[in-house]
Amino acid sequence: MPITTQDQKKQKTAHYDIIIIGAGSVGCAIARKFTLEGARVLTLEKGTDILDGASKGNSAILHTGFDAPPDSIEQSCIADSYQEFMLLRDKLHLPLMKTGALLLAWTDDEADQLDSILQQAHYNHVNDAQRLSAKVILNKEPQLASHVKAGIYIPKESLIDPWTTPFVYMHQAIENGAQLICSCEVSNGKFDGEKWQLETNQGKFKATTVINCAGLYGDLIDQQLLGWSAFQIKPRKGQFLVYDTPANRLIHSIILPIPNKISKGVVICQTIFGKLLVGPTAEDQDDREDTSVTTETLQMLQKKGEELLPALANESINASYAGIRPATQFKDYQIHYHNKKNYMSVAGIRSTGLTAALGIANYVFKQLQKEKSLYSPLDTIIYPKKLNQIAECETRDWQKEGNQGIVCHCERVTEREVATALEDSHLPINSLDALKRRTRVTMGRCQSFYCSARLAEITETYFKRPIALDIGQGKENE
Amino acid sequence: MNKDIIQPPEQCNVAIIGAGPSGLAAATELKKLGVESVIVLEREAQAGGIPRHCMHSPFGLREFKRLYNGKTYANELSRRAIKNGVIICLKSSVIAINKGGILELSTPTGIRTLIAQKVIICTGIRETPRANRLISGQRPMGVLTSGALQSIIHLKHKKPFQRPVIIGTEMVSFSSLLSCRYAGIQPVAMLEKNARITAKWGLQILAKLLGVPIFYKTCLDNIIGKKEVEAVKINIGCAAVKKNSEAIKKVLPCDGVIFTGEFIAESSLLRMGHLDVDPSTGNPVIDQFGRCSDNDYFATGNMTHPVETAGYCWKQGRQTAKQVYASLKGELDQYQRRIHIISTNPIIKYIIPQILTLTVKGDYQSGKHITMNGFQIRVSKAVKGRLSIRSGAKTLVQKKINSLPERRINLEFPSSILSEKDDADIPLQLHFENR
Repeated sequence: MPITTQDQKKQKTAHYDIIIIGAGSVGCAIARKFTLEGARVLTLEKGTDILDGASKGNSAILHTGFDAPPDSIEQSCIADSYQEFMLLRDKLHLPLMKTGALLLAWTDDEADQLDSILQQAHYNHVNDAQRLSAKVILNKEPQLASHVKAGIYIPKESLIDPWTTPFVYMHQAIENGAQLICSCEVSNGKFDGEKWQLETNQGKFKATTVINCAGLYGDLIDQQLLGWSAFQIKPRKGQFLVYDTPANRLIHSIILPIPNKISKGVVICQTIFGKLLVGPTAEDQDDREDTSVTTETLQMLQKKGEELLPALANESINASYAGIRPATQFKDYQIHYHNKKNYMSVAGIRSTGLTAALGIANYVFKQLQKEKSLYSPLDTIIYPKKLNQIAECETRDWQKEGNQGIVCHCERVTEREVATALEDSHLPINSLDALKRRTRVTMGRCQSFYCSARLAEITETYFKRPIALDIGQGKENE
Repeated sequence: MNKDIIQPPEQCNVAIIGAGPSGLAAATELKKLGVESVIVLEREAQAGGIPRHCMHSPFGLREFKRLYNGKTYANELSRRAIKNGVIICLKSSVIAINKGGILELSTPTGIRTLIAQKVIICTGIRETPRANRLISGQRPMGVLTSGALQSIIHLKHKKPFQRPVIIGTEMVSFSSLLSCRYAGIQPVAMLEKNARITAKWGLQILAKLLGVPIFYKTCLDNIIGKKEVEAVKINIGCAAVKKNSEAIKKVLPCDGVIFTGEFIAESSLLRMGHLDVDPSTGNPVIDQFGRCSDNDYFATGNMTHPVETAGYCWKQGRQTAKQVYASLKGELDQYQRRIHIISTNPIIKYIIPQILTLTVKGDYQSGKHITMNGFQIRVSKAVKGRLSIRSGAKTLVQKKINSLPERRINLEFPSSILSEKDDADIPLQLHFENR
């Protein structure tokens, strides 16, 4: 939805308590937190939609933090977030699949590491983590390759919806008064000792405090606004292979490898959308945008998957994608409060950002509270009504009356769902990517063989870059 | 729109999943044979299947002795079905199949159940998209299959790009060329990994006439472009699918990629249900009557043999209808002993039927019942040699072949498949020896 001149004037003169730069998983959760605490919040997102950066490609696991670095900010945020997620999930209708995870050792060397991992889990207060023998593991997951040595069972590791969850956070923020502007890139900013004035491609915005949640661009935003950054973003790409729905019957638990120093390693798990995921890789690169996949790596993932889960050899691949984690030179999250400048950096949130978002929001709020309390919590908090559910553990629209028929057959997305998403006034859609994240269209096995014509028609007037143009139109342009 | 849509009933004699050429042919034939209630379940808003968006001719020669384009042909098929009393339920997606012919449906008014005495699955085929081919690169818009391209062009009168590259040289690849021409799209090239086109010889002239170069022995290496396709990197001189380090890499500017062909069965309903599927191909496992591993279910049309023409599928649909009719009357109940045919050479892409079902006496092709004419086999690359069906060490039937990939090879059923030990239901082997 284009911003009218009148709206723009209003925004320019308005003074916000908080401006959040970046509407990824973390930005959305922080926007929600501060809004419910009574702050006037504006979120500026460079992409055309929320979750358009690092948050669009993760493995969608709700971590317990059993393997997080002990005593780290990351560990405490994960633990806090997990609890809060459980408290909120009924009220906010957040989908959850309780699967449990199995961290498996496939060699004797790996098996030797299990005790220290279990110790760490217990130290991190994940007390229900327990060691299992190969026999028990194979009994639980009979499709696993039989050379498994031993493992640790972490019952509370679960799967969540990577898109609906932050979407709901932002929805609730907006319903309680927050503002979000997409396609808005911060180019400069000044702090006059009391307030910030940010310059963007959509005009100037004023706020008391700026929170940098720019993900892959966290260090650059710091440099732009502070003149320096305490960390450097080291983009780390992760490629994933997605197997089609029939493959998800092969395994129930999240299958984790023994982590190495760089990453958690290749995971095999179901997704909340009914698929089976193998990935990610961990590839350091300079480019912050390059989400390309490579044949060799996808073949490697395929081989790795079949090695651990032999029946995968007969399953068909649905999709592949790559996400980029905003790692830094440090292991822990980089959350820095520059109190003299009313500026907060929330960065280096690698793969656990989706899980830890609520905890990070609480942590950031507490840090800022120490200094001042300019606002007081809302008297009545609005909880958004249940949004359309795209997770398989929920009732989906195709199961309901009046759905107007299915448009995307592979993912069973109905005409009504697409229409509702396109008409969302809080979070308007102007790209196919955004529509995918709200509805799952074109994400199935046929990769739009069946539905693209109908989609091109329905979405015609909504996308900045339409799926297709009228044949006549193109000819006139020639 | 919804008021035109017929709601599926709760019960019927035969339910047919998919209103393409084979499904509509089977349905029409069943009505002609006198079956009372024949329901076709179609998930799209229109019947007709793939031919709906094939603007080219010829369609209908075999069926109607007339020359139609795809769209008119599709309309004609559904008109004739309806005229014969077939009920076509549009926007009715089968979500799950269960034992006892119990189908779970999603319709615009929600979930429903349909119980059929017999079910014919003819959900057709689709092309192998980019993901399954594990192609490198970014994931911009403008990467699609020819099925998607043709439906965008011919059903919605739109075009997704102006200068795409076409991957593959099957029949459908050339059909896409024509669709592009119709929409004023000028493809920059066609890429073929082998030294000759996959479609019948001669079609390369069409590409030449349209000014589209074909790059032989060339693979797609990488798709470049973040939001939109900017170029593709190609591997010239690649040996078949395998990457050759000596291959020359070249960047070809373009604004779209069309993945054509490499058709696979749309068999996810079976994969998620209780019916056997050939694990390597995804084709439904069927016997000589077209019966699936559950005798209440049949499969027909292109999903059993990717890919044949609409006319071929129409004929097969009619034939399957006769077998379903016999099955309704209980005449096929005597065929219960299942003999698998197992292929021992990876050069064999697929064989159908994969099973012969025998009577207690060992008959599988009594004169009274119509079965398929014989085996259909395809190979995965150009080969010369001898195909044979063996039972243990004994050769039952054999044939010399000289075949290209994507060509139908017919092999007659053996006159008797039982070895000396009549009671041993051991699998038969399909052998291939190179010449």
